[in-house]
Amino acid sequence: MGFSGFRVLKEGLFGQKGWTPQWRNPDPKDEYDIVIIGGGGHGLSTAFYLAKEHGMTNIAVLEKGYLGGGNVGRNTTIVRANYFLPGNSEFYSHSLNLWEGMEQELNYNTMMSQRGVINLFHSDGQRDAFARRGNAMVNQGDDAVLLDVASVRKHLPYLDFENGRFPIYGGLLHRRGGTARHDAVAWGYARGADQRGVDLIQNCEVTGIDIEAGVVKGVQTMRGAIRAKKVAIVTAGRSGQVAAMAGMRLPIESHVLQAFVTEGLKPVIDHVVSFGMGHFYISQSDKGGLVFGGDLDFYASYAARGNLPMKEHVMEAAMTLMPMIGKARVLRSWGGIMDMTPDGSPIIDKTHIEGLFLDCGWCYGGFKAVPGSGYSFAHLLATGRHHTPAAGFRLDRFRDGVGLMDEEGTGAQHNLH
Amino acid sequence: MRINCPVCGERDRREFYYVGDAVTLERPERNADLDVWDDYLHLRDNPAGLTRDLWHHEAGCGAWLVVNRNTVTHAVSDVVLAREVAR
Repeated sequence: MGFSGFRVLKEGLFGQKGWTPQWRNPDPKDEYDIVIIGGGGHGLSTAFYLAKEHGMTNIAVLEKGYLGGGNVGRNTTIVRANYFLPGNSEFYSHSLNLWEGMEQELNYNTMMSQRGVINLFHSDGQRDAFARRGNAMVNQGDDAVLLDVASVRKHLPYLDFENGRFPIYGGLLHRRGGTARHDAVAWGYARGADQRGVDLIQNCEVTGIDIEAGVVKGVQTMRGAIRAKKVAIVTAGRSGQVAAMAGMRLPIESHVLQAFVTEGLKPVIDHVVSFGMGHFYISQSDKGGLVFGGDLDFYASYAARGNLPMKEHVMEAAMTLMPMIGKARVLRSWGGIMDMTPDGSPIIDKTHIEGLFLDCGWCYGGFKAVPGSGYSFAHLLATGRHHTPAAGFRLDRFRDGVGLMDEEGTGAQHNLH
Repeated sequence: MRINCPVCGERDRREFYYVGDAVTLERPERNADLDVWDDYLHLRDNPAGLTRDLWHHEAGCGAWLVVNRNTVTHAVSDVVLAREVAR
């Protein structure tokens, strides 16, 4: 069943009785070509692109809870391609291209809003760094404009430009960046995969991975054993536990990242804005809530909620940058479990076990990667070869130190990203 | 989260710097194999539940601490001086 403006109108006139469930709720079969562990954004987009790009439909996505109930439902919905390092920049560039065609590709309203991302800078040195980043983005084929302070004033008149400690010198504008409705992205990929024959199996936790003589044979689940020629682990913050079922340890430590939302307000913040001198970034949802976040709490955590020091830091940074925000009331805060790698960049790779594949380590940047990750991981699963834009996301780069992608330039060490 | 420093008593989390899993205390020999270093520097058990961290009481007495902590509840069960563990 397709969605259209006409159908919305028609259903509105006839009591909304014509809608049907957006995907089936099948029982697991005994065997699949590929079993994907994890029904979040990345797992669902992987299933979708396996079906659409590679014609593979004998696939199951196993989800221990409900579809899209993890990080894809807990992030701050920002989409952008403003990375600096080779390896990352071509990947996120490809992903942004997919975002731009997503609603048509999925026939689904993901509320993709290219409202522009503005990263503010507050010193001459930071301006130089942002100009360099902007040049890298333009060289990659994406867009970047360096704004002087007068231009930033036109876009964001509500900022505290003359702040005593952190005056605003300008900003780097990335017009094609913006936000999207995070749940709808998961639902759209789920529906698209289901329509092509992929089995989406919820409430089906994987409890073991069957391996014989170094070759993966299938998985054990709460709903029985399922044989598979290939098994793909796409479990974000829980990657360590799932990989342990295959006897593997990963270069990943799970941390908590917090986010916040205020009560709904009239439109006031038209862009995605980030502060350059503290950890704070913000956008306004279509519902009116100001959605904002900061940095990791910086200790290993699976709690999906954070501690007060980071909340305090984020609120202080918010008040420093835009004092008007003091009038807004915070409705709630929450945390997501981030699969942090030592260099802050992700992993899309095979493992030493034949037929076992990994897509993880998205750190705090997984949402914007959802289409690109699914597309590139599907390519690897289907062809056995790395997809060019994601070829740098090797698992062994930490071991030999070759090809590390330390985007922040802080060092490839666990507690630094 | 509050951490009970054996020297200073219970203090706010803000006084402490998190280093990571306490495996960092078990440094390999300089000429150890690449895999051993990879294990030490990068690979982690990453447990959901009880874990053993290394923290630095940076804004307090400066002691290095091994903190036994639960990653699911954030409860801190036991804190000992790293020098006693590493001995």
